[in-house]
Amino acid sequence: MSYQGKKNIPKITSDRLLIKGGRIVNDDQSFHADIYMEDGVIKQIGDNLIVPGGIKTIEANGKMVIPGGIDIHTHFQMPYRGTTTVDDFAQGSKAALAGGTTMIVDHVIPEPGTSLMEAYDQWRQWADEKACCDYSLHVDVTHWNDSVKQEVDNLIKEKGVNSFHVYMAYKDYYQMSNSELYEVFTFLAERGGIAQVHAENGEIIAEEQARMLQMGITGPEGHVLSRPEELEAEAVFRAITIASQTNCPLYVTRVMSKSAADIISQARKKGNVVFGEPITASLGTDGTHYWSKNWAKAASFVTSPPLSPDPTTPDYLNTLLSSGDLSVTGSAHCTFSVAQKAIGKDDFTQIPEGVNGVEERMALIWDKAVTTGKMDENMFVAVTSTNAAKILNLYPRKGRIAVGSDADLVIWDTDSIRTITAKTHNSAAEYNVFEGMELRGAPLVVICQGKIVLEDGNLHATSGVGRFIPCSSFPDFAYKRVKARKQLAVLRAVPRGMYDGPVSEFSMSRGGTPSASARTSPTKQPVRNLHQSGFSLAGPPTPDDIPIRPAGRRIVVPPGGRSNITSLS
Amino acid sequence: MSDCRRQWNREDELPVYLAGPITTGPNQRKSFGMFSSVEGAFESKTIDFDNYAVGRKGSRTPRSGSQERLLDTGDPVGKTSSEAREGSLTNSPEDTEDARTGVEVRFSSVKEGSDGKNERLLIKGGRVVNDDQSFYADVYIEDGLIKQVGENLVVPGGVMVIEANGRMVIPGGIDVNTCLMKPFLGTQPVDDFLQGTKAALAGGTTMIIDHVTPQPEDSLLEAFECWQEAADKKACCDYSLHVDIPQWNETVKDELELLVQEKGINSFQVYMAYKDMYQMTDSQLYEAFSFLKQLGVVVLVHAENGDLIAQEQKKILGMGITGPEGHPLSRPEELEAEAVFRAITLGNRVNCPVYITKVMSKSAADTITQARRKGSVVFGEPITASLATDGSHYWSKNWAKAAAYVTSPPLSPDPTTPDHLHTLLACGDLQVVGSSHCAYSTSQKAIGRDDFTLIPEGTNGVEERMGFVWDKAVAMGKMDENQFVAVTSTNAAKIFNLYPRKGRIAVGSDADIVIWDPDRVKTITAKLQQSASEYNIFEGLECRGGPALVLSQGRVVYEDGKLQTQQGTGRFIPRKPFPDYAYQRVKFRNQVKSKQGVTRGIYDGPVYDVVPTPKYITPAPSAKTSPTSHQPPPIRNLHQSNFSLSGAQIDDNIPRRSGHRIVAPPGGRSNITSLG
Repeated sequence: MSYQGKKNIPKITSDRLLIKGGRIVNDDQSFHADIYMEDGVIKQIGDNLIVPGGIKTIEANGKMVIPGGIDIHTHFQMPYRGTTTVDDFAQGSKAALAGGTTMIVDHVIPEPGTSLMEAYDQWRQWADEKACCDYSLHVDVTHWNDSVKQEVDNLIKEKGVNSFHVYMAYKDYYQMSNSELYEVFTFLAERGGIAQVHAENGEIIAEEQARMLQMGITGPEGHVLSRPEELEAEAVFRAITIASQTNCPLYVTRVMSKSAADIISQARKKGNVVFGEPITASLGTDGTHYWSKNWAKAASFVTSPPLSPDPTTPDYLNTLLSSGDLSVTGSAHCTFSVAQKAIGKDDFTQIPEGVNGVEERMALIWDKAVTTGKMDENMFVAVTSTNAAKILNLYPRKGRIAVGSDADLVIWDTDSIRTITAKTHNSAAEYNVFEGMELRGAPLVVICQGKIVLEDGNLHATSGVGRFIPCSSFPDFAYKRVKARKQLAVLRAVPRGMYDGPVSEFSMSRGGTPSASARTSPTKQPVRNLHQSGFSLAGPPTPDDIPIRPAGRRIVVPPGGRSNITSLS
Repeated sequence: MSDCRRQWNREDELPVYLAGPITTGPNQRKSFGMFSSVEGAFESKTIDFDNYAVGRKGSRTPRSGSQERLLDTGDPVGKTSSEAREGSLTNSPEDTEDARTGVEVRFSSVKEGSDGKNERLLIKGGRVVNDDQSFYADVYIEDGLIKQVGENLVVPGGVMVIEANGRMVIPGGIDVNTCLMKPFLGTQPVDDFLQGTKAALAGGTTMIIDHVTPQPEDSLLEAFECWQEAADKKACCDYSLHVDIPQWNETVKDELELLVQEKGINSFQVYMAYKDMYQMTDSQLYEAFSFLKQLGVVVLVHAENGDLIAQEQKKILGMGITGPEGHPLSRPEELEAEAVFRAITLGNRVNCPVYITKVMSKSAADTITQARRKGSVVFGEPITASLATDGSHYWSKNWAKAAAYVTSPPLSPDPTTPDHLHTLLACGDLQVVGSSHCAYSTSQKAIGRDDFTLIPEGTNGVEERMGFVWDKAVAMGKMDENQFVAVTSTNAAKIFNLYPRKGRIAVGSDADIVIWDPDRVKTITAKLQQSASEYNIFEGLECRGGPALVLSQGRVVYEDGKLQTQQGTGRFIPRKPFPDYAYQRVKFRNQVKSKQGVTRGIYDGPVYDVVPTPKYITPAPSAKTSPTSHQPPPIRNLHQSNFSLSGAQIDDNIPRRSGHRIVAPPGGRSNITSLG
């Protein structure tokens, strides 16, 4: 591979590629076959393929060939209070490729009050300039009003975004009220978007943070103490309730604790359409490091929701991932340098939040789930790649090795062992939260867009080749069930005769002002006023109070009339 | 008379509701345990019941002349012996019917004047059932207090004697949730304190705890006094009051403190529903819980997600659904379960006991069960309506009937709900039974005839409460009679710190006593109820079990279907804070739960300079710290200016960080910025 870095030459040679003798592993089955790809697309799969001469051939020697990983949750080049994360799209996607991930999905985070569309364009620009692999974008909805609604609509229809992230934490900043969540979810359900939530109870966190600071706890341990896992579980429970009310598919980002994962699996058992995303950090390490004497080390673990101090958490999450209760894995890769983390050296609430994980994601799951016998290789493909592609509605273009799919492939070496350390990782961060961990399993060859980007341990990533992959709305994986339920869940009124008995006198004035807004929606105001005035003039209403009834109500009186409905049972 | 005795004995031997699994034979003793005297039961008991089990020795004495002795002194010897003797007789339904006449009231020797009549009372030959055990004993009452419990009591002559004939003598019920004065848009429930307490007594409930429901902006104290005044005038039984907190602010705090310390209130209700009216945000709830915990009170929570309800109501009205069926449709049980979960989470964080009022659905009850398994201090209160009927009636074609069921949270349309709740009640996962009695007339309900959100919320249930628990739980074999006493009376007394004055038959306790007839069968109907409302949501249901005689404050107030209440006799019972039942665990947890920071060296590496662009800075501080902590902003500002001038950090740190606990040991720590 002598053409490293020279953009023109490899185009000719690497556009055609043959992988011989590999074992193709998809999420549904594994089989031995050769793969021929051309122009970044898989053209043929099978034995004894007829291919043009002189093409580059990779001998897989029976090793696993899997669809390239899709990291569904990254924060590359994320601005934070005037600084940006140390891994930009180039650095970050390089790390991704080094770990066998050939597509990332980054979060667009507009500041509250600013335009979603502008932020989206900004992220597109950054990513188009630098990304080394294909990418897609989630957009975070950090505030909610009619213009945001319009923008969300445009993003879905024209910009290829089908997933929107809302926050239940970060009080007074990103956090949304239950009513807003309800409206967002309702809107997304109509338009076929996926609702992603950051599930933590922001109000209680704010109270707990104040308490911790008052007690004099200012170090990173305050972060986890003020965000106990209960608050995560509570918010997950609430998000699921709201989603189920609005019949909207829900995606819980960053499942960090056992209790949150339990709530998701219980909800799935009850039939809720909910997906849980544990991240590399929660699958690989735990929150005991927050108590490290080394401030910089402790601070490097700060992320929200925090890593659980319960050391059995990673194992538990891997189990649920294997059983299918949790669906996809992300990394939530969001790295800050120690100097950046030190913004919060005197106050843990100021520590920028984020951990690394994009590079370690696939190997870690292989090591913790597959080599321990929890998961088979097909499930491994499902949770690292296929399910994500399905949720994003990119399947089978991504997430599968099939004729016509993108040539994003990884030849996986199940036996290589490597030790994670910040000295050799591809991220620019000084700390690695997995420092010293020995992981079995690693990518041997990584092919992205039909080009070899990793071979023999050498990375040949080219900045700027990454394409934006638009996601379309109504992904079947999430919406098929939702659509069917929509048809069933039509509510109907009971047709009754008119109530013609006496109506007690009531005053809206005494204690009525607050109760009026409490008991009816604001839009109902005229209805009630009519009712009131009609009543106060005439006393007990006569049967001919039909004009009082608002138009559009469905009470049907059958011809001939019903039996008097005021009669006692 | 002897006929009667024989019959009740038989029935006691093999009550219909327990007869199924038990066959006559040697196994009887084991199965019946201490609750009844079965043949051979007393020979091999290891537990010492000498003090209580009056029948123990008597079981072997001949019952000659028992009739006279019964009449004269109420010696239970004869009864137990007859019981033992006739234990092998089989029971039959006809006997059960006849046996209802078993309770008699008479004067032993001299008829006294009517004034002394109610002051001294002897209940003879009853089986006293407390929440922990049952035993045969006589109960002597004087001046509204239980003075003696035991056999062969030495009592003054001329006392009124109530012949219990072996029936259950239980502590009077405590209904922990009534709303007899809850205003709704200016109208009051048709059952006021008079009507409501009459209904309570007729059902065997001798104490109610009513909710004071001030409107937002109202003074809690004034509302409390208003309720107390009304109740003092009208109530026929002892009462106490919960105070609802309609909104949270600083002035409320002072009033709460006053109510707890001077007025004898130890329970306050907060609302998670009724958006823009009573509803509190999570932050307010957190503050309220923290404050109330310090006062040592029980926090009652109306658990429903009000935000979502408001949205659903809007949606459902928009669809043209205006009838009562819109009520359950807009308040699905998920929203109840969600709020219960959130309330428990808050309670755990604050380490405060949480009491969920009106558990109406399976999922809410399950949430409570799970939380209790994890150790949360949480109590659940199903109500008569959720225990006896379901929400299918909301779809009734009869508007008035459908509206009668409207209460919040709504009755679950799932018909298996009552059964499930009874099971949880029987196993202790739910603790107390209230009624949430809040009866509105049909014309009042009709305020919402065109808009279900305006229907006044409330169902009846104070009269039927005890009967239905007996019918659905005890008579079905889910619950024993002791647990019955626990859930209808004792647990409530414990949670609200009335125990053992209320909720127990013991020397020194108030003489609120019910003689319970487990076989009385009654068909519930609005025509025969005490409540003034036109509808009874349990209309037509058959209920087995009811009070034969009710004593309130040592006076007979109900006997054989006849009420003899006296308006205004009810006393306000003050309650002290920090009930052991709820707070003992909390106190220990407080001691264990203190948190400590990690002592570290001072971070001396580079610090990224935060650019104070207004775009980021303005929202960020409020986002990341709570408004109450004013420390961070000055620190950050100092920090910023210092850094841009010199860049040096080491010495600057110390003066700035007053009150922070990081301790550098003498000699210093290893450099904390080193990798690894």
